[in-house]
Amino acid sequence: MVPILEVKNLRTQYKTESGLVKAVDGVSYYINEQEIVGVVGESGCGKSVTQLSVMRLINSPGEIVGGEILFEGQNLLQFKANGPEMRRIRGAKISMVFQEPMTSLNPVLTIGQQLIEILEVHLGMSRKNARQRVIEMLDLVGIPGASSRIDDYPHNFSGGMRQRVMIAMALLCNPKLIIADEPTTALDVTTQAQLFELMKSMVERFKSSLVIVTHNLGIVARYAHRIYIMYAGRIVEEGSCKEIFRNPRHPYTIGLLKSVPRLDDQEGKRLVPIEGMPPDLIQMPSTCAFLPRCSYSIEQCRVEPWPELRKVEGTKHYVRCYLKTEAWEQCRSHSATT
Amino acid sequence: MSMDSSGMIRAKSPRISELRRLIKVMCNRVVVVVGIGIIAFFILVAIFAPMLAAHDPLYTYLESILNPPSGIHPLGTDQVGRDVLSRLIYGTRISFLVGIFGVTIAGTLGMGLGLVAGYFGGWVNAIIMRCIDALLAIPPIVLMMAISAILGGGLFNVLIAIGFGMMPTYCRLMCAQVTVLKENDYILVLQTAGASSWRIMRHLFINAFPPLLVLITTNLGTAILMEAGLSFLGIGILPPTPSWGAMIYDGRRLLFSNPILSLAPGGAIMLIVLAFNIVGDGLRDALDPKLRGTL
Amino acid sequence: MSMPDELILEVKDLKMYFPITRGLLKKKVAYVKAVDGVTFKIKRGETLGLVGESGCGKTTVGRCIVRLYKPTSGQILFNGKDISSLPENKMRSYRKNFALIFQDPYSSLDPRQSAGNIVGEPLKIHNLVKSKKDYQERVEKLFQSVGLDPSLMSRYPHEFSGGQRQRMGIARALSCEPSLIICDEPVSALDVSIQAQIINLLQDLKEGSLGLSYLFISHDLSVVKHFSDRVAVMYLGRIVEITTPKKLYNNPLHPYTKALLSAIPVPDPDIEETRKRIIMKGDVPSPVNPPSGCALHTRCPIAIPECKELVPLLRDVGGGHEVACIRVK
Repeated sequence: MVPILEVKNLRTQYKTESGLVKAVDGVSYYINEQEIVGVVGESGCGKSVTQLSVMRLINSPGEIVGGEILFEGQNLLQFKANGPEMRRIRGAKISMVFQEPMTSLNPVLTIGQQLIEILEVHLGMSRKNARQRVIEMLDLVGIPGASSRIDDYPHNFSGGMRQRVMIAMALLCNPKLIIADEPTTALDVTTQAQLFELMKSMVERFKSSLVIVTHNLGIVARYAHRIYIMYAGRIVEEGSCKEIFRNPRHPYTIGLLKSVPRLDDQEGKRLVPIEGMPPDLIQMPSTCAFLPRCSYSIEQCRVEPWPELRKVEGTKHYVRCYLKTEAWEQCRSHSATT
Repeated sequence: MSMDSSGMIRAKSPRISELRRLIKVMCNRVVVVVGIGIIAFFILVAIFAPMLAAHDPLYTYLESILNPPSGIHPLGTDQVGRDVLSRLIYGTRISFLVGIFGVTIAGTLGMGLGLVAGYFGGWVNAIIMRCIDALLAIPPIVLMMAISAILGGGLFNVLIAIGFGMMPTYCRLMCAQVTVLKENDYILVLQTAGASSWRIMRHLFINAFPPLLVLITTNLGTAILMEAGLSFLGIGILPPTPSWGAMIYDGRRLLFSNPILSLAPGGAIMLIVLAFNIVGDGLRDALDPKLRGTL
Repeated sequence: MSMPDELILEVKDLKMYFPITRGLLKKKVAYVKAVDGVTFKIKRGETLGLVGESGCGKTTVGRCIVRLYKPTSGQILFNGKDISSLPENKMRSYRKNFALIFQDPYSSLDPRQSAGNIVGEPLKIHNLVKSKKDYQERVEKLFQSVGLDPSLMSRYPHEFSGGQRQRMGIARALSCEPSLIICDEPVSALDVSIQAQIINLLQDLKEGSLGLSYLFISHDLSVVKHFSDRVAVMYLGRIVEITTPKKLYNNPLHPYTKALLSAIPVPDPDIEETRKRIIMKGDVPSPVNPPSGCALHTRCPIAIPECKELVPLLRDVGGGHEVACIRVK
């Protein structure tokens, strides 16, 4: 299968008062057709910046300094960030659902005005047809009374409903790829469940691909087909959802899984936190960025530079770590005994 | 709890104190540095006035009335034969006195009232702020003229007039700041810990103060300008005390024959007010959290 | 040693209505019924988890207990004494007995106070230290107890990371040696890997103390379940179910609890494949105008006509498992 999006060695940096922040530092990944991919990491790991880079939405003082973003065979980095080519792609072929539904909609325009405009601009539809399509779409994402609510303003909608509008907006032009950046973090858990079920059924129906950017391991376990784990601006592990959760290999992934409380935990089980803090992205060591927090490091980790992602033999699993299979076994089993 | 992890006790970033950051940002701008230089120059002049002035500013050289600039009188003499440069130098003292004390009075009164109004809210806020609104409705110069007219001239009364004239702005700003700040969780923590109102207001004040620093700086210039205005109108500093405003007033009839009499104090006023405004603007930019991180 | 049955806190039929005012004369036009009849107990040394979605009133319950708000009605018995209507001057001596830990480690610390001052201020407020040296030592000990290096005392909050700031908040809460700490979403603003550090710290502090109790308020059922001895589930100002975490997970009775549980994914795709998902219809109704009867009946999958009329009360269905639903046998 040919991937619809392929990112190669993407590097995005921010110039700040205290120095150069390498927010994304050599990230390569791909998204297949009709695939749901989870990008997991903590704040500051570069997961959102990566997605914004793909959309070419990086503003000063940020800058994409290298790499390739291949979408439908074209390198998006050859276009101007605000040029006509990018505008044709953004919102039409790749669309994005943001974390904060309140700020993503213009408060002084009705929902209808904002959604109809997208269809007029991107697909050249007549106002009447566009309106009809918007109503259908709002109906599809589960907004009751869509034909009358289309003339409401964003503040007339609750947070969950607003995010439904955002999903409808993202789907309007039948995009190839939808990027959902922490789409439900600001919302309640029951609403979160509603929205993810909705997004899943929508991408299946429209045959789109979906990237879920989140810090929540549970969500990707439930919805994603394939997962990328990010740490300090790089991808540290990649694999199918089941593979990652059954056989996590990078000590960071293993640490994350051990540190989150789970609903099905036994009573009295103690969490195993990852001690320390994520590294300063300004003064990145050349060795593995997780090294200071890793309890399983070997001599090689301390002297050699951070390895590239490499394939674990006999699997489709990639990991950025020097440890051998036996070490991972030990690392994982350690969790059971503590 | 394990204490061994080095990462846990390490601070997030190398230590930069707020003050040093502020100084660094300000000094990166040439204009601001020039502004600070001008202010520093005038402060030195005010302090060392007796040493710098070659003549007694009040002494009238009856033999040399309206002399043009010369070696003995670098800026000439006025219509009663006083040395203009010496008066200008001593006038610096008056200007700074007025600036500093005028702003102190305005700031103490205004910020105090604003703090109380913002913290207690409700009817306390309503009463204080309506009074302040009433004061704001009168143009400050009219207000100050009225106060001066009632109390008469003289340094002390000028200070009171200026203090009252500028007070409402401080009160407004402080009240607005405090109203926002008191919603912060750390104020709730103090409340739950049983802190007294006095203690909580102290915390609020410390946090509300930095933005007011900008106002204070620019107002130092404004106060000097106001004193000059009042003195020019004849209801400010009483003659023969050397005041820049009074000097312009005295020289106004001779503007065409002896322009130096008005231009010298006028230039001094312009320079010091400009300097305070530049530094104030610099401070505003340095304190702006949006500009933090760019530089 | 904790005494097993001594009650530290008892909340009886607590109600907190916030008036909505209109116009110049502040005419009260309606009330937000943030808390509408909440009853629960906390034993000495026990952790009660209070879980619910935004707007369910869980934060208001916590703030009523520490008397940031004066409750509209109901009783708050602290060590058997009703503090719900004590005037502030009498309240002050009680205040050192409980402390609050906030969600946002950024807005809960005064940015212009040094770390040492922030942690030690309650000691000064209640005059618990005799000398400067005593104060210094107490603050140092507090720093150590939460895993912070005492040499950081002179630093300012912006120099600390989110996790460290939350540690400072905890140290401050511990300063007067309270018997009840109310944790209002203490880990929600933190990164996943830091959350576990803070949860473990809170647990260690409890185990190392003499009968410290927690009221642990959170929207995250996984965290609450992990941390608490008993869990109370709130919906629209009322508690709908109270039981042990184990029973809550294995045998949830209230339909809302069931939906809440199923909405939370478990980080394990193999388990996720087999889990049944109950997706609630619609949004949480407004607490200004809550539905009549059982507040859940507008969204409940098993509602019957009676649910519209009867306000279900919490009742014990065996073994201390309390539930407020007329459909539960």
